[in-house]
Amino acid sequence: MQKISAEMKKRASELLASGEVSRVIGWAEGDFCYDCSPATFTAENIDKLVYTDFCGANLSKYLIKESKKEGKILVFLKPCDTYSFNQLIQEHRIVRENIYVIGIPCDGKLDYDKFKFFDIEGVLGAESNGNELTVDTIYGKKTVNKEEVMLEKCLCCKGKKHMVYDELIGEEGELKESSRFSMVEKLEAMTEDERYAFWQGELSKCIRCNACRNVCPACSCENCVFDNPESNIASKANANEFEEKLFHIIRAWHVAGRCTDCGECSRVCPQNIPLHLLNRKFIKDMNTFYGEYQAGEDTETRAPLNSYKLNDREAYEFDKEGK
Amino acid sequence: MQVENKEFKPKIVAFCCNWCSYAGADLAGSSRLSYPAEVKIIRIPCSCRLNPMFILKAFQRGADGVILCGCHPGDCHYTTGNYFARRRMTTLFSMLNYLGIEKERTRVEWVSAAEGAKFSVVMNDFVKTITELGENKRLEDLRCKR
Repeated sequence: MQKISAEMKKRASELLASGEVSRVIGWAEGDFCYDCSPATFTAENIDKLVYTDFCGANLSKYLIKESKKEGKILVFLKPCDTYSFNQLIQEHRIVRENIYVIGIPCDGKLDYDKFKFFDIEGVLGAESNGNELTVDTIYGKKTVNKEEVMLEKCLCCKGKKHMVYDELIGEEGELKESSRFSMVEKLEAMTEDERYAFWQGELSKCIRCNACRNVCPACSCENCVFDNPESNIASKANANEFEEKLFHIIRAWHVAGRCTDCGECSRVCPQNIPLHLLNRKFIKDMNTFYGEYQAGEDTETRAPLNSYKLNDREAYEFDKEGK
Repeated sequence: MQVENKEFKPKIVAFCCNWCSYAGADLAGSSRLSYPAEVKIIRIPCSCRLNPMFILKAFQRGADGVILCGCHPGDCHYTTGNYFARRRMTTLFSMLNYLGIEKERTRVEWVSAAEGAKFSVVMNDFVKTITELGENKRLEDLRCKR
């Protein structure tokens, strides 16, 4: 990881020095090594750029604003971030000519919240070696199985292949099969009452911080329905259980067919609500109803809800298996 | 007590497309075919005008069932509107059911302007289903209840 980080810094400095790009968007460390957040850099502060196992954030969304400013911007994209990038291109939200994409490898990002299950505190750094993660803490070194502390989105990794890039650091990866729908299937197998109880429990944790909306690369309307005071759901806290459901149904609905399953919503949720299960339900449904579709795989294919067939299934047939 | 013995009368919101189903409802009326008074019709320009928010808002304001009526696929006044509506409603209803909301509460029916009789049959059947199902408890907003 340090090798890649050094190479990223080198390439960024070169491109900045040659004048090809005027800014860089990457990750910067906060007060602690585990709170890496997106940041923009110029030639003055490029040495602050980091790339560690804690850099889980998807940088695509920040390009909506950044690519409209003057000058070219350099962005580092992990394989799963390139799907969001393609999706934004398809929706004409970002200006491709103003962006220089460097694809960077990723072997799973860490979820700091999961460290507490292993009594790991005072983290100073983490270095992974295959499936083994060595965490450097103020109390000494500790070793854990990396999969146990990975982000949910990385446990269901779509693959290491970049969908789009101008330049690649490391080698081109491959797509891989994931079992991302297993939890959705489990829920589908439950009875209506059980499902209702499950979601009632999960969604009532919501504090309406709107983080899931703000971080989502697909959720990028300039005027959001949830900011409209007339909508009854613009309040900061959910006044009752209807609002929780309304917010989450509509949020998932508005990205249906455009969601690339990047998993940012679940990553940022302070209440650990499994929001990806809502998005994946839509993805799974559209795959079974209207054929396999992966948003952001390319910039041409029309999304399922933007197209139709004469012999589509009727609404009452939604629980029928297959096509 | 009197209130407890009161028979349950559902509130049904029917979104009808201007060109087919609304005219179908009109025909049902002028042909003296009856459909339950529990059905409140809201006219929309096309079935694809139906924003999912409308459905949820209807439930919030006390509806026990929501039905969308539009032109038969292929007969849309705007050529393709109902094809899009069909895809949207299929995925939305699936999601509502995934969250544990009874799937009988939402329905899509295609009713043309000439099908006054079908409109009456559909509405009678839907009201019967909802009456048997009972009050909408899972998508209710207590603030909107009297």
